[in-house]
Amino acid sequence: MNLQEMASLLDAKCISNDCDLSNIVINHAYACDLMSDVLAFCTPGTLLLTGLTNVQIVRTAQMLDIPAVVFVRGKVPLDETIQLAKDNNLPVLLTNHTLFEACGILYEKGMKPISRDREI
Amino acid sequence: MAAPVCLEYRIEGNDFMVAGAASNNIKNTLKMLGISSSVCTRVAIIAYEAEINLVIHGGGGVLKAEITEDRVKLTAEDEGPGIADIEKAMTEGFSTATEYAREMGFGAGMGLPNIKKNSDEFNIESEVGKGTRLYSTVFFNKQ
Ligand SMILES: Nc1ncnc2c1ncn2[C@@H]1O[C@H](COP(=O)(O)OP(=O)(O)O)[C@@H](O)[C@H]1O
Ligand SMILES: [Mg+2]
Repeated sequence: MNLQEMASLLDAKCISNDCDLSNIVINHAYACDLMSDVLAFCTPGTLLLTGLTNVQIVRTAQMLDIPAVVFVRGKVPLDETIQLAKDNNLPVLLTNHTLFEACGILYEKGMKPISRDREI
Repeated sequence: MAAPVCLEYRIEGNDFMVAGAASNNIKNTLKMLGISSSVCTRVAIIAYEAEINLVIHGGGGVLKAEITEDRVKLTAEDEGPGIADIEKAMTEGFSTATEYAREMGFGAGMGLPNIKKNSDEFNIESEVGKGTRLYSTVFFNKQ
C-alpha cells in the first residue's frame, strides 16, 4: 500500500518533504506507544502507528529505518517533532482516528503485521 | 580501515529533546563505513537504549563507540545512582522509570534485555551511589 492511499484511507493530513507520496510503499505495520517495545519487536521498513508525538518517536523511527509514522487520535505533534521528521525526510500522517480504528482500516485493506520472529 | 574510529558523546540527564542524536550519529557513521544494515540496526538499538538509560536513570553520562576493522565496541558510563540488583534490572518488564519517562514512551523494562539480545558481547557493572558502566560489542561479520 502506498502512502497516498494510506493518507486517504485514514483521512490523514500528511507532513512530508516528498511531493509524491505514492512512491513510498509499505506493506507491514506495527502499532504501539512503548518505544522500547518498538525497538524490541518492530522490523526495519515497517510503518509505525502511535499515540505519542514527542521527538523520541522520530528518533526511534531513525534507529529502525521506519519509512513513515502515523500519529493517531488527532494529536498535534510538537514543532520539534515535525522539524526533526522533516530534517530526516520522515513522512508523518496525522489522523483523527483512534489507534484501533486506524489499524482496523489499514488491516482491512491488506496491511500486514510484522513477522513474529525478527531475525537479528 | 586503518586507525580505529572513536566517537564520544556527552549525554545530558533528562533531556528528551536531544536524546538519540548520539546514537543516530553512531548509526550513520557505521552506514557510511559500509557496514551491513542488519548490523547497523542492532548497533542503533543498543546505543539508543543505552543512551536513553543515561538520560532517564543515570542523570546523564558518556556514550562511546570505538569502531575497528571487524567490530564496534559501545560503552555507556554514568555517575548516577547505580543498580542495586543487576539480575533484576536485566529481567524483561522490570523498570523503575519515572512517570515522565513513561509518558515519553520509555520505562517498559525492555531496554537492558534488548541490548543484551542484540550484543555479541555484553557486560554491565554497577555500584550503588557510584554509577553504572555498560559494555557491548557487535562484530561485523557475524549475523
Ligand atoms: N544507567 C543506569 N543507572 C541506574 N539504573 C539503571 C541504569 N540503567 C538501567 N537501570 C535500572 O535498570 C532498570 C531496567 O532498565 P531497562 O531494561 O533499560 O528498562 P527501563 O529503562 O525501561 O526501565 C531500570 O528501570 C533502572 O532501574
Ligand atoms: Mg531503558
